[in-house]
Amino acid sequence: MELINNWPKYYKKDVVTHYCPGCGHGIVHRIIAELLEEMDLGKQAYLVCPAGCAVLAYHYFDFDVIESAHGRGTAIATGAKRAKPELFVISYQGDGDLSAIGTAETIHSANRGENISVVFINNAVYGMTGGQMAPTSILGQSTTTSPDGRNPEVDGYPLHITDVVANFPGVAYAERVTVASPAAIKKTKKAIRNAFQTQVDGLGYSIVEVLSPCPTNWKMTPVQSCKWIEEEMVKEYKPGLLTDKREERRKDRAC
Amino acid sequence: MSGNHCIAEAAIRAGCRCYFGYPITPQNELGEYMAANIRKVGGVFLQSESETAAINMVIGAASVGTRVMTSSSSPGISLKQEGLSFLAGFEFPAVIVNMMRGGPGLGNIAPAQGDYFQSTRGGGHGDYRTPVLAPASVQELADLTVKAFALADEYRTPILLLGDGMMGQMKEPVVFPEPLSELPEKPWALKGRGDGASRYQASLILDGLAMERHNWKLVRKYKEMAEKETLCELYMMDDADFAVVAYGTTARIAKGAIKRARKEGLKVGLVRPVTLFPFPDKILQKVAHQVKSFLVFEMSTGQMVEDVRLALCESQVEVSFHGRPGGVIPTPIEFSRVIHRYYRRMHK
Repeated sequence: MELINNWPKYYKKDVVTHYCPGCGHGIVHRIIAELLEEMDLGKQAYLVCPAGCAVLAYHYFDFDVIESAHGRGTAIATGAKRAKPELFVISYQGDGDLSAIGTAETIHSANRGENISVVFINNAVYGMTGGQMAPTSILGQSTTTSPDGRNPEVDGYPLHITDVVANFPGVAYAERVTVASPAAIKKTKKAIRNAFQTQVDGLGYSIVEVLSPCPTNWKMTPVQSCKWIEEEMVKEYKPGLLTDKREERRKDRAC
Repeated sequence: MSGNHCIAEAAIRAGCRCYFGYPITPQNELGEYMAANIRKVGGVFLQSESETAAINMVIGAASVGTRVMTSSSSPGISLKQEGLSFLAGFEFPAVIVNMMRGGPGLGNIAPAQGDYFQSTRGGGHGDYRTPVLAPASVQELADLTVKAFALADEYRTPILLLGDGMMGQMKEPVVFPEPLSELPEKPWALKGRGDGASRYQASLILDGLAMERHNWKLVRKYKEMAEKETLCELYMMDDADFAVVAYGTTARIAKGAIKRARKEGLKVGLVRPVTLFPFPDKILQKVAHQVKSFLVFEMSTGQMVEDVRLALCESQVEVSFHGRPGGVIPTPIEFSRVIHRYYRRMHK
């Protein structure tokens, strides 16, 4: 009989997870580890983990990892990639990190078309600090700092940062996915594979936004959380391909 | 060559292969020189979107083992403090240039020395210090830039090169060292795991006792630097009974004033700290056996004078202070008048 669920080579074994039950980080971590093995990129991988729950990602990843100050992931990734272009550089960031405190770094690294891959975990809330409102919290969403629900007159509107950067010429690939069902997880893996291949081919900036559950801070069960993504969150953040300029970029390179 | 150009050229010769920065006066010529020249040796110049981004790009390049520099002036250095704290926590080598200007706030773009506290105390959050080198000539800018990279790598720490608008803009002849061909190995750098074991670099240490051990480790490093790396120039001190203490631009002006005072028969000399952290405490304590009085000159309202008083707290000598903050450059005549005033008081 063939063993079809092999443990990924670049994912540490025998580590007790610190993530809450039903959290999406573990799923995306595993996808990254699987892809680095399948695409033979683990030996030169360099991942920037964010300030937030995933700051401890190096407990799980068995390749080189550095931590970042809040929001500065793509600046560190830029420095590392420019200094050593042979590294395969991933910036793993959350929504507060990437679309609030790190907005400038996100916009400008994308606009420069840095040849890095960004994995953007959007759970519409600040997770590690206890469930405060994020730029990505949806209207009406109740959080510890929007106890009566997000009100656009006070808090503004949900920020669609991936859609913003997708318009930049420097962004070769951008897609929004979810991890709310097994089928969606397969799509997520495909999208992240495309993003990684974009970097391997030297085509510029790639980003995958993953709508990801945070049951603890949403005060839901894991099952309710997945349902909330599929029924509420996708109304605000429609999954799908946001830009794919890889062919254009290939032609530019060929010229 | 101007001071700003000189730092950039010396950095390239010292093996610096990445420069990240954001424009701010009075140090723009440094970045411009890098933009024109570092790529010729296969290096990276990138104008960042902010000083915050620049210092984090520095972290990225330092983490993979590249010699890296950023430069700025006072308000921009404030923005870099987040990254400086992380560099210290990570124990990453990097060279950060601050060409100080008048402050607080936007202040002005004239030479000043108001960032002494921020530079020597560890200007960001947390329990760390940044070693600080304070050159006083264009030649010394070259020499100390090369030294800054060597110290950064040897002790795995960010090093501050502290000048001001005057140091950056003035032109003097300079002899550059030969370009370095070999750089030290950095086995800790993240270069991809290859066939070896994976590694990570983090400044997050959740366990209190482990964090405490890390803090003490940094202190031991600074103590070792104080033992081995403290630099201080003594000028006309052999027979002096009165010592001026000044660094950088102020020390240059003080030398002029001391020459005048010497002609007028005053036995005055200069103690010029070249490393501001570690501070030359022991040298000052030795000088205190010889002189009756110290006079500290600064282009600030009085910052280094606190370190002088701390160093001399157990001796009976008098420590006086004369400062011109806000971007006002004192003249040698002004300083020599002040020297006369305190010298007379000492002999009363």
